[in-house]
Amino acid sequence: MLGVRRVHDLLHRHPSISPAVILLLTCVVFTVLNQRFAAPAALSLLVQQTAIVAALAIGQTLIILTAGIDLSVGAIAVLSSMLAAMLSVPPSVALLVGIMAGFAAGCLNGLLVTRIGLPPFIVTLGTLSIVTAAVLIYTGGRSVPGARLPDLLTWTGEVINIGGFRITTGVLMVAAMYLVVGFALGQTAWGRHVYAVGDDPDAARLAGIRVNRVLFSVYAVAGLLYGLAAWVLIGRAGAASPNAIANANLESITAVVIGGTSLFGGRGGLTGTLLGSLIVQSFAVGLSLAGVDNQYRLLAVGVLVIGAVSVDQWIRRVRS
Amino acid sequence: MSVALEGRDLVKRFGRVVGLDGVDIDVRAGEVLAVIGDNGAGKSTLIKCLTGALVPDSGTIAVAGKPVTFRRPSDAQAAGIETVYQTLAVAPALDIAANLYLGREQRRPGLLGSALRMLDKRGMRARAEEAVRNLGIDTIQNLGQAVESLSGGQRQAVAVARAAAFGSRVVVLDEPTAALGVKESNQVLALVERLRERGLAVILISHNMPHVWQVADRIHIQRLARRAAVITPATHTMSDGVAIMTGAAAA
Ligand SMILES: Nc1ncnc2c1ncn2[C@@H]1O[C@H](COP(=O)(O)OP(=O)(O)O)[C@@H](O)[C@H]1O
Ligand SMILES: [Mg+2]
Repeated sequence: MLGVRRVHDLLHRHPSISPAVILLLTCVVFTVLNQRFAAPAALSLLVQQTAIVAALAIGQTLIILTAGIDLSVGAIAVLSSMLAAMLSVPPSVALLVGIMAGFAAGCLNGLLVTRIGLPPFIVTLGTLSIVTAAVLIYTGGRSVPGARLPDLLTWTGEVINIGGFRITTGVLMVAAMYLVVGFALGQTAWGRHVYAVGDDPDAARLAGIRVNRVLFSVYAVAGLLYGLAAWVLIGRAGAASPNAIANANLESITAVVIGGTSLFGGRGGLTGTLLGSLIVQSFAVGLSLAGVDNQYRLLAVGVLVIGAVSVDQWIRRVRS
Repeated sequence: MSVALEGRDLVKRFGRVVGLDGVDIDVRAGEVLAVIGDNGAGKSTLIKCLTGALVPDSGTIAVAGKPVTFRRPSDAQAAGIETVYQTLAVAPALDIAANLYLGREQRRPGLLGSALRMLDKRGMRARAEEAVRNLGIDTIQNLGQAVESLSGGQRQAVAVARAAAFGSRVVVLDEPTAALGVKESNQVLALVERLRERGLAVILISHNMPHVWQVADRIHIQRLARRAAVITPATHTMSDGVAIMTGAAAA
């Protein structure tokens, strides 16, 4: 079976090939079903809708690369957005405090994982509840409508028209986040250490890597990225609501997993995550254009997740 | 010859198991010290305590006569001590060049390196190739290969190459020929001799008595968590050594 082996080798080396193929197929099928899928209007919508989950999935990718998981993604982003929207200080200060609150929450996760040595699942399950409760207590459960938001906060929702495609400054910001973090992962020693720690923490330590420092930095950076994503979220929603992005945890994990990053750590990357986020949203846009009920979207995403993890298991088996 | 690395009265317990029960060890610059002993005698624990992988419960360590405290492997590396652990500390998904430079990556010259902290991948690759060639390790060919695609012997060669390339004072090898064939084993032994010629101190743990008697200057015999004796190949035969190791003869 030389052919299968070749495919295995290729996927092993380039884990983002499978999500790229899936995204391509998805787009082709949906365009055949309804040509409006390929029109600038639908594609613009697709990109704008993808931005939030794609932004949150950056931090999630970093954490999953270290064989961790983050269940507090959405809660932290909401915390950042509500602080930025509700603090009675100048908007720029409020925004900064909001973003730094995300960073602080990430640092808390990192401290608990590295100092106390608790599993990331438990730590972030705990901070999910704590942060959610704090937000509800602080806001009393009330949203801030767009009319009461300063321009700075809704700036990320401003539309830029490029030849019929309508993207937002928020989308550009998310693209910049991908470039910067992608560079750090692929071109710096820190990125290599993130992979090495996820691959085999004991080996990484013996090789001279400060494992706990790397882990802490990953959670801290993820928190900062959630804070920035919160800004994009406010612009997209045109309001700040404590009940926004209720499904952020599962959606970000879904995007990462469909993108080919291994839940066992050490394998994958941001290209896959971006593709994974796009796949999930193209199902949403494509199925609704095809007039299919939303329940089928969930069904399709479920099948994709299980498929992606199965492929990962297969890819991880090393030929010897 | 000056003592490169020494441990005094090292004690390490794992719960109720005593891994090291007050062990002394010293290795001089320009010598090969072999460590032999039965399974569970404490050989790996001893070198882990000397290289920062474990922190001893008590006892002292000195490098070139100066007392040191190693809290982690990177502390020992900073003191010029490189180790090939029995478990081979390699990152399977990374390629060979990345593994050789793991934990001491080099950056690009200029602003790319200083401001953007960008890795000098090409430079590291070239220098890794040169180092592997100089070490006479011909089991490693393509340095862009992921380590997980290598055989056990090749992985061992990667770990040995890393230690040999970066060790500036002491190189410690914990059973480096365990997974190797005859030819590869001989390459590692030749490498050990070259490290000694370069004036480095080498600690070699091995179960292979002919290898030990071939390259060692002195032999530290570890038995039941203690140092049973230190002998030399000139004064003791292999069967003498094995007898001390197993307790059949007194030191
Ligand atoms: N991490 C550990 N936890 C518990 N016991 C250990 C650990 N490491 C070593 N030991 C025990 O310490 C003793 C010495 O082990 P080791 O140093 O690995 O021996 P050797 O390398 O000579 O075979 C053994 O009894 C072993 O079971
Ligand atoms: Mg051992």
